[in-house]
Amino acid sequence: MSAMRRGALAALWLVSMLAGGGTLSASAAAQQKTLKFVPEADLRSLDPIWTTAYITRNYGYMVYDTLFAVNEKFEVQPQMVDKWSLSDDKLTYTFVLRDGLKWHDGQPVRPADCIASIERWAKRDALGQKLADLTQAWTPVDDKSFTLRLKKPFSLTLDALAKPSSNVPFIMPERVAKTDAFTQITESIGSGPFKMVKEEWVPGNKVVFVKNTDYVPRKEAPSWASGGKTVKVDRVEWVYIPDSATAAAALNAGEVDWWQMVPPDLVPLLAKNKDIKVENTDPLGSIGLIRFNQLHPPFNNAKMRQALLYLVNQQDYALAIAGDAKQGKPCPSFFTCGSPAESRVGSELLTGKRDLAKAKQLIQEAGYKGEKIVVLSATDQPIVHSQGLVTTELLKSAGLNVELAANDWGTLINRRAVKEPIEKGGWNIFHTWLVGPDMTNPAINYPMRGVGDKSWFGWPTDPRMEELRNAWFDATEPGQQKQLIDEMQKHAWETVPFIPTAQFVIPTAYRANVSGLLISPVAFLWNVEKK
Amino acid sequence: MLGYILRRLLATIPVIGMVALFVFSLLYLTPGDPAAVIAGDIATVEDIERIRQKLGLDQPFLTRFWVWASAVLQGDLGISIFTNLPVTQLIGQRVGPTLSLALCTLIVAVAVAVPLGVVGAWKAGKLVDRLVMLFSVAGFSMPVFVLAYVLIYLFAIDLDWLPVQGYAPLRDGFWPWLSHLILPSIALGTIYIALIARITRAAMLEVLAQDYVRTAHAKGLAPSAVLLGHALKNAAVPIVTVIGIGIALLISGVVVTESVFAIPGIGRLTVDAILRRDYPIIQGVILLFSSIYVLVNLAVDLSYRFFDPRIQY
Repeated sequence: MSAMRRGALAALWLVSMLAGGGTLSASAAAQQKTLKFVPEADLRSLDPIWTTAYITRNYGYMVYDTLFAVNEKFEVQPQMVDKWSLSDDKLTYTFVLRDGLKWHDGQPVRPADCIASIERWAKRDALGQKLADLTQAWTPVDDKSFTLRLKKPFSLTLDALAKPSSNVPFIMPERVAKTDAFTQITESIGSGPFKMVKEEWVPGNKVVFVKNTDYVPRKEAPSWASGGKTVKVDRVEWVYIPDSATAAAALNAGEVDWWQMVPPDLVPLLAKNKDIKVENTDPLGSIGLIRFNQLHPPFNNAKMRQALLYLVNQQDYALAIAGDAKQGKPCPSFFTCGSPAESRVGSELLTGKRDLAKAKQLIQEAGYKGEKIVVLSATDQPIVHSQGLVTTELLKSAGLNVELAANDWGTLINRRAVKEPIEKGGWNIFHTWLVGPDMTNPAINYPMRGVGDKSWFGWPTDPRMEELRNAWFDATEPGQQKQLIDEMQKHAWETVPFIPTAQFVIPTAYRANVSGLLISPVAFLWNVEKK
Repeated sequence: MLGYILRRLLATIPVIGMVALFVFSLLYLTPGDPAAVIAGDIATVEDIERIRQKLGLDQPFLTRFWVWASAVLQGDLGISIFTNLPVTQLIGQRVGPTLSLALCTLIVAVAVAVPLGVVGAWKAGKLVDRLVMLFSVAGFSMPVFVLAYVLIYLFAIDLDWLPVQGYAPLRDGFWPWLSHLILPSIALGTIYIALIARITRAAMLEVLAQDYVRTAHAKGLAPSAVLLGHALKNAAVPIVTVIGIGIALLISGVVVTESVFAIPGIGRLTVDAILRRDYPIIQGVILLFSSIYVLVNLAVDLSYRFFDPRIQY
């Protein structure tokens, strides 16, 4: 090969690298009505069953649909289902699918797709597992209908199928849903209102969706994940901007249309721009929490955990997390405030006067001997780290020997899985937060569970709590269910599986030419218009 | 010469092999577990363990290294744990933006720094020289991200001349491509301008004190001919060496610049992969970087002969 030819080939390679692949050009994209949306995180996985990451859940809502969905009144509404019925013995549900449901490849949605999807979901989701335990059989009846036969009546069947947050029971094509639940799917074929343009997906940068023109929205008005999912733009681009200051500048300059989660410190900057609206569109927000390791001293002693109830000031946490009283507030309930499950039984333990003397007395009664307490924190997660800092100071104020182990989130989630004592890499306390929908009932409020090794990190063993939870599952009347929730909460103030620190909302910001944002715990992109 | 190049290229194989083993060992020992990241906040320890088994992360070190190394020898860098896409495809998506940024930065740095250094040396001790030195010190002292935010505020928000963030490939047009690279290249290039200008000045000062330069002046040659035709070429060896080292520094600088300007390049790919412990990507990118660095060093060594014919290989 001559030097000239080598040079020409090298130049060709360089130009092709700089030119980029064969995706839609900027000018072609500009001709369409494109909504540029900065999401809360980078989309890394396309399987909302394989991972519980909220960004993948949000992607799932774009591409997939669900049999049922919850509306803003926490009522279960049919979504892909047109009609459903329950037999008199309350053991057999019959579902009929809506007309016109199609996969993105044009094939019709069949009952076999729904059954395979629910079965895969049930292998990964706690509420799904409960439903699977009580399921005798799923049976297709014809091209549009199928039945679910239960072993015993389960009043939460539809609630399970309408579960709004991770893992959401999204319906996928049967061949995809047959994938092992612990193996990630790679396809992006749904029946939802948007189609993903996979060849334009650049992980860490951009995800492109186009309107699914075959999608037939329901007639009802949209309400949370239920109702008509009418897409009003041609194309949506998720542009992931990792740096907050850059995202703010991009919104200010009009390079993006909507920034999903604005850090509190940047709200005043954006609020100055008359072309930008800053709002809270999440009615439930998120709940911060302190979690204890109950396998080892000193927090294996309930009195030590109770002591913290007299120290925690939710206002401090709200301010530390949200930076503003408008965005953060106390929530002295083990269930999401603002949801039907919110309970105020025993809440005075958190709302009453903070009592350092009482806390010290409980610490003394617990027999604390000055052993080191390791508080895990993640500096790359401001919500986690701000809580960690507040808790560390509280513990110090009570005379405890505290070490704040600040690392990154990747290290924290690895270390919190360690069951060994702290000398062998274990831990005593960590913080995290859950979105409001994840704590709206005992079925999905997993930090409340007390099944020892099978519990969430911290591994409490609490047979009484499990007994109350099972009773809640068996309860058929809403009043009875609420009473059991109150009992669970009363019991939780004694055993303290975790401490809720605050309820907070991350505001959203968008250009003034964008309208139709839905008030919902998830940032849905249907109904959104751009003028 | 050809024999030398072949020897050097062969010598890169054990170097890259050692880098691969080192990186693999380092990742093995680093705390963190992609299975825990995948499983998410709601997972139990059992869920995490099942995912670890599925991903083969429960295998012993040597087994994992052997599986990975044998695939690499066949040109397969593996599959990203999270996105399930081939690492080569992910790197391929990111090469364009990083290459564009690196090229523009190098061009800006060399085009500005070498004349600054030459002028500084020529006017040594005078006001121009002091200004060059002041700029160098400021360039060294200013963190890339601070300069980046200042540039964004001035040129993208206040004056609205250039875009805030992102990257446009060349197929979208030359100006869109260039406009997205101007601010990042200046932000990233300032420290290299400072470095190269200082080295150029120092090298030129040494050469300008040589007898042959005095002779050239005595012959009546124009100052520009003396500076550029005689002095600069003889001062080029340390300058080229620094530019070569600068490319290694550029790789680390690219990470910050790409994050601030939201450029989907290899730097951001690396940081994202490290944060979520996506081992195949980290290993693939570091192999790529180390190969580039070895090749750049080779190119720098070969260029010495061009500038100084006395050097023989």
